[in-house]
Amino acid sequence: MASKLSAALAAAKAENRAALIGYLPAGFPTIRGGIEAVNALVEGGCDIVEIGLPHSDPVLDGPTIQTADDIALRGGVRIKDVLHTVAEVAAAHPGAAVLVMTYWNPVDRYGVARFAADLAAAGGAGCILPDLPVEESEEWRKAAGEHGLDTVFVVAPSSKDARLAEVTAAGSGFVYAAAVMGVTGTRTQVGNLAEDLVARTRATTDLPVCVGLGVSTPAQAAEVAAFADGVIVGSAFVQRILDADGDQAAALAAVRTLAGELAEGVRRR
Amino acid sequence: MSENDYLPGAQVPDARGYFGAYGGRFIPEALVAAVEQVAEEYEKAKADPAFAAELDALLKDYTGRPSPLTDVHRFSAEAGGARVLLKREDLNHTGSHKINNVLGQALLTRRMGKTRIIAETGAGQHGVATATACALFGFDCTIYMGEVDTERQALNVARMRMLGAEVVAVKSGSRTLKDAINEAFRDWVANVDSTHYLFGTVAGPHPFPMMVRDFHRVIGVEARQQVLDRTGRLPDAVVACVGGGSNAMGIFHEFIPDAGVRLVGCEAAGEGAETPRHAATLTKGDPGVLHGSRTYVLQDEDGQTIESHSISAGLDYPGVGPEHAWLKDTGRAEYRPITDDQAMQALRLLSRTEGIIPAIESAHALAGALELGRELGPEATILVSLSGRGDKDMHTAAEYFGLYDSEGK
Repeated sequence: MASKLSAALAAAKAENRAALIGYLPAGFPTIRGGIEAVNALVEGGCDIVEIGLPHSDPVLDGPTIQTADDIALRGGVRIKDVLHTVAEVAAAHPGAAVLVMTYWNPVDRYGVARFAADLAAAGGAGCILPDLPVEESEEWRKAAGEHGLDTVFVVAPSSKDARLAEVTAAGSGFVYAAAVMGVTGTRTQVGNLAEDLVARTRATTDLPVCVGLGVSTPAQAAEVAAFADGVIVGSAFVQRILDADGDQAAALAAVRTLAGELAEGVRRR
Repeated sequence: MSENDYLPGAQVPDARGYFGAYGGRFIPEALVAAVEQVAEEYEKAKADPAFAAELDALLKDYTGRPSPLTDVHRFSAEAGGARVLLKREDLNHTGSHKINNVLGQALLTRRMGKTRIIAETGAGQHGVATATACALFGFDCTIYMGEVDTERQALNVARMRMLGAEVVAVKSGSRTLKDAINEAFRDWVANVDSTHYLFGTVAGPHPFPMMVRDFHRVIGVEARQQVLDRTGRLPDAVVACVGGGSNAMGIFHEFIPDAGVRLVGCEAAGEGAETPRHAATLTKGDPGVLHGSRTYVLQDEDGQTIESHSISAGLDYPGVGPEHAWLKDTGRAEYRPITDDQAMQALRLLSRTEGIIPAIESAHALAGALELGRELGPEATILVSLSGRGDKDMHTAAEYFGLYDSEGK
C-alpha cells in the first residue's frame, strides 16, 4: 500500500501539477492557534504539511522561523503538543499528509522508538530530520519503517552525485532538494542551483523531488513547479502570522489566502 | 621535540568519529561536503612533513613555544602543601592556548584554497587567536560572539577589531557562546564555498574534536617531559578547566596511558551545580546531540537546550567535547564542579601569591588544584593548565572585588 505521503504526491501528479507543501511550527502563535493555522494551510490548498517541532537551537533556520520557535517555546509548547497538533490536523484532513520537521535531539531525547510510535499513532505520515545525515539515521529508519512512517532526506546544491545516490537510496516519500545554500527564509530569487540539483537527484532515484528554501511567492512556486514534483513553502507563512501581530483571524485569513495563491502557482507550471 | 610530536596518530576516535558512544557527525546535508573536505585535507596534512615543519616553526617562532612550566611555591602552601606546577599557556602569543589550534587550522585553510575564516568565541580568546592568524595569513575574518560576552569581554572585542576582524554580536537565544556557534553554522551553510569554519574547541562534528585535540596535544607533550625533567617523576594529577574542553584535552591526552596520573577536569558550577545557574555539563547533563556531535548536554526532557551560566564567558556553554564524555564514562578522567566564587578566590590568590593574573576560565582549574592539593597532601605533585591570562577579565574582576572603589574588597 502506498504511504499517505506517496498517495498525496501521486494525486498531484495525476492532476499533472506539482504538489504544494506548507510548513508551520507547532505552538505558533499558540498551541490552539497553531492547529488552526495548519488547518488553514490545508484548506487553502496545501497537499502536504510539515509541522515544525520548535527548538532552542534552530541552526538551520533564519530569523523568521527562529522568531516563531522562540514564541512557541516561550508559550510552553512541548513534544506532546506537537504530536497533538499532528493528530488534530490529520483527523480534520484525512487526505493530507502530515509530516513533522524536527532537529534530531528532541527525537533522540524523547526516545526514537517511542517518537515513531507516537507520531504514527497521531496519524503522522513521516519525518524530515535536517540535521540527521544518512550515516547516523539507521536507528530512526528502522523505527520509522516499523510504524509505516516515511523518512524524507534533504539534499543540497553542494551534494556530489555519488552522495545523492546514497541519500536518495535511504529515503522514502520524497526527496527534499534545498534550492539554495543557506538557512530558511524568503529570497527574492530562487536561483538556478535548484533546477540542476533536481535533475541530478532524479538521475539517482524514482522518488518525487520537491524543492524548498527561499520559495515564497506564487510566481516562484510556478517557476519551481516547472521542474519539480513539489514546492515547499515555510517562512512566508510564518511571516504572514507574525505580520498579523496577534490578530488570529487576520493571521488565518492571510495564510489561507497565501496557500490559495501558491496552489494556483503550482498549477501554472 | 620532534615534528611528529605535534601530530600524533590517534587511536580514538574511530573512522566515523566516535569516542565510544560519543561524537559522530550530526550535520545538515549542505555541510557534508565541506566537513568531508576538512577531514580529508587534515589526513593529507598529517602525512605531509612540510605541514608539520611549517606548523612547528610557527609554534616556535610566532607563538613562543615551548611554554614554560612554573613552580608556584607560595600558592602551593594554600593547596595543602602539594607541589603545584603551572603549564604556562597564558604566555603564548595572544595570551591563551587557543593559538595552537588556530595556526594548525589556518594552514589547513590555505591548503583547501579558502580565503575566508569564521569562528565563534566565548571569552574572546579563540576569536583573538583567529583574528591574529587571519591577519598573519591574509584571510577575511568574521567572529561571532554572544552579545552578553561582547559586553563582559570588551577588551577582546577591541583586540579583534584592531586585528582587522569583523565582530558580530549575536542577539539570539542566551546571547552567549552556544548562540555564537549557531550563528557561525548559519554563516557556514550559506558561504561554504569560500569559507572555513575554524571551530575553537574539541566539540562539533567529526573531525573537529579529534583535529582540535591533536593541535593542542603539544601542551601535554611538552608538560609531561617538563614535569619529568623537573621532578623526576610523573605528576599525581593533571588539572584543567573544561568548557568545550580544548585545553583540557590538550594537556590530558599525552597522560591518558599513564594510569597512575589522575586527570581532573573543572567545570563551571556558576552559582552552584545544585542551582539552575551553572554550566556543569558533565556533572549535571545528559547524553544528547548539540552542535554536530553526541555528547553530554544540559537539556530538558524534550531535548531543548538549557541555558548555562558562568561568570566565565569561556566556560559558559551547555555542551562539552565528546572525548570528555567518553573519558568520564570510562572513568579515565573525573570532572568536578567549581563555583564562580571558588574561581574568583583562586584568581585573586594566584595574583597575590605569585604575581600571575589568570583568566577566569583557568582560575577554575586553580580552584580545583586547591581542593585536590588539600585532599592529596604535601607529597603530591599537581600539574595545572594555566590556559590563559586574565587581562580580559579585569572588568569582571574589578566589579566582583570592588576594585574600582578606593579600598577594594
